[in-house]
Amino acid sequence: MKHVDEYRNGRLARAMARAIAAEARPGRVYRLMEFCGGHTHGIHRYGIPGLLPDNVRMIHGPGCPVCVLPMGRIDAAIELANRPEVILCTYADMLRVPGSRRTSLMQARALGADVRMLYSTLDALKIARENPGREVVFFAIGFETTTPPTAMAVKEAQRLGLGNFTVFCNHVLTPPAMRGILAQPGVMIDGFVGPGHVSAVIGRDAYEFAAREYAKPLVISGFEPLDLMHAIRLLIRQLNEGRAEVENEYARVVSDRGNPIALDLMDEVFEQRPSFEWRGLGMIPHSALRLRDEFAAFDAEQRFALAAGPVPDNKACECADILRGLKQPQDCKVFATACTPDNPLGACMVSSEGACAAWYTYGRHRKRRRA
Amino acid sequence: MCLAFPARVLTLQDAAMATVDIGGVRKEISLGLLEGVKAGDYVMVHVGYALSRIDEEEARKTLALFAEMERRFGEDGGA
Amino acid sequence: MSRSTRSLDLRQGHVDMSHGGGGRAMAQLIEELFMEHFDNELLRQQNDQAAFNVAAGRMVMATDSHVVFPLFFPGGDIGSLSVHGTINDVAMAGARPLYLSAAFILEEGFPLADLERIVRSMARASRAAGVPVVTGDTKVVERGKGDGVYITTTGIGVAPEGARISADRAQPGDAILINGALGDHGVAVMSSRENLSFATNIESDSAPLHTLVAAMVEACPDIHCLRDPTRGGLAATLNELAGQSEVGMVIRERDLPIREEVAGACELLGLDPLYVANEGKLVAIVPGEAAQRLLALMRAHPLGREAAVIGRVIEDDHCFVQMKTAFGGTRMVDWLAAEQLPRIC
Repeated sequence: MKHVDEYRNGRLARAMARAIAAEARPGRVYRLMEFCGGHTHGIHRYGIPGLLPDNVRMIHGPGCPVCVLPMGRIDAAIELANRPEVILCTYADMLRVPGSRRTSLMQARALGADVRMLYSTLDALKIARENPGREVVFFAIGFETTTPPTAMAVKEAQRLGLGNFTVFCNHVLTPPAMRGILAQPGVMIDGFVGPGHVSAVIGRDAYEFAAREYAKPLVISGFEPLDLMHAIRLLIRQLNEGRAEVENEYARVVSDRGNPIALDLMDEVFEQRPSFEWRGLGMIPHSALRLRDEFAAFDAEQRFALAAGPVPDNKACECADILRGLKQPQDCKVFATACTPDNPLGACMVSSEGACAAWYTYGRHRKRRRA
Repeated sequence: MCLAFPARVLTLQDAAMATVDIGGVRKEISLGLLEGVKAGDYVMVHVGYALSRIDEEEARKTLALFAEMERRFGEDGGA
Repeated sequence: MSRSTRSLDLRQGHVDMSHGGGGRAMAQLIEELFMEHFDNELLRQQNDQAAFNVAAGRMVMATDSHVVFPLFFPGGDIGSLSVHGTINDVAMAGARPLYLSAAFILEEGFPLADLERIVRSMARASRAAGVPVVTGDTKVVERGKGDGVYITTTGIGVAPEGARISADRAQPGDAILINGALGDHGVAVMSSRENLSFATNIESDSAPLHTLVAAMVEACPDIHCLRDPTRGGLAATLNELAGQSEVGMVIRERDLPIREEVAGACELLGLDPLYVANEGKLVAIVPGEAAQRLLALMRAHPLGREAAVIGRVIEDDHCFVQMKTAFGGTRMVDWLAAEQLPRIC
């Protein structure tokens, strides 16, 4: 497959591994956070940790919208799904995520709720048109990448005059979360592998603050394994040379300004919430979106009175420290014991992109070897 | 986060829709978030929407960097 | 048998409660549909059971319930699948499958035309495999309480004396073989589900593997394990075998046969082909020294043309299955928590 296979070449990977080993200075440790969960997944799926020198450490960031969604919001989605008039539509990623009472949308469906899996927001509109007597609620999650398609659906619903379509909006924003991590005391991150597809929408320039205000290098990377290793190499080079710049390894997809149509559409339909809770990280100002007043008719939070409120995370969880790079998954007492992908207790285990889940699924063999 | 795949645009249709191909698999997607897409272009697709066009020139540049890196660090000689 | 005056309306008719009620309507359904297509000597005796003699050896028995949506998919349907699935389960003991039973649970309102299409396909599959359906049962459930049709088949067979194929016999040093490309069935079925809306030319690999197994067992009586990687894909099968044999495994991604279209569909849906279902594949774990000989033999069989040695069995107290990625790294190939669902993130 073009634009895929070229970036998965094993021969080039070995050369890249040697290049990284030659540039990483033995005297120091490089702590690099890949913000995006897709990167976390890719790093483990292709076995990249085994190709990096021991002093190049990858820290798995909070860029997984499933993981960082607070349990109270899942409770609210289940509450919506349980209303007899509601058809709750969402991406498959959300179906198995447990809320505070250990139940998921999948279990709600087993007990009679009408929960449907979507591949595209356009499908939700189709369901709304086909079920005029029902309330179709789209449980929207995701970062800036997934937000424009939601905005598109809202606009289209408005154009069609669909009165039975609403969005339960949980869209969150990348730069404020990155800022939230950087602003915390004791943060142990030397540089960032920047998100690829979020950046396709928001553009390279959105990250200038990391370099300017926090003196952290950031390299936007594609999702293929050679892209990731290339980005890691560029970060090491910046750190060696004492630079802190925003570089774009993924220029074939990401431009400086992003996607103007997508950005305009987001801005037209959504506005920032003053503050929003991130599971594992707490409240982060201006880090999430809600529908603007002009689109209030499509806002599920305004149409339905929701009782579900915030719920504290499990106390045993070390997610907060793991998401900040202060701890590794295996440092957590409940990792792989009480907390597993079958029974996740914390944010990092909730989806296959979470730091702990990726480590559990793909990396457990390494723990043994290094012990 | 944000799984997307590169796909080749086969045909453009009405209402800003297109059929794309990935590895011989065909899918209908929306072009509502991009302007000026032509048949034969490669686009990154996320949740059924093309999010950005793949810039062939930039792809060539990245691959050229890889090739240069392989000359220096590859199996046949180099550093 | 008492006869109804009119024959079944296989073009316009539907299943109704009377087709499971034990009366004339049921008798007619059995005679005009099931007997008509499955026709064989044992069935013609019209007993509530089939009686037959068996050759010496170890009896092998397997049962499998078939629930698939949609009922018809590229390369097969629930009928052919229900024959192949059970034949393969019997064959994975190294046995020659002899007979099948078939139990149908029909939903009230199900079109008789679809039922006939399914039964016809099932009969064709059974005849092609040389494994007749010799007894059966039909029940009808009320509309809304079924999904059109469910089919449970049971198979019996005989394994040659001495064959000791079992999931707990994998040993360090053994080679792991597969008879062909991964993921075709799962992708074919998913491509025909409306809500995922993508199109491919991939067809289900659904096929009866007993003749391939017979050739393999004859050439290498000391095959340690055989298993068909159906639900959960290759990953689940290897983890089962590793766990039951208390060994580890290492597979090489580069050696896994995967069609480009399957890889493409997996990119599109965020799935991993290692976890996608197959219906005409087998994993064989064999002594290392027998691997190349067996591979050549499998490749000479129509159902093994794309066979490959994909890895080996190692000692490992954790019973981990690992994969050397084509990219050059190593990762675990774990169980999935549940069924693999398409991802967007």
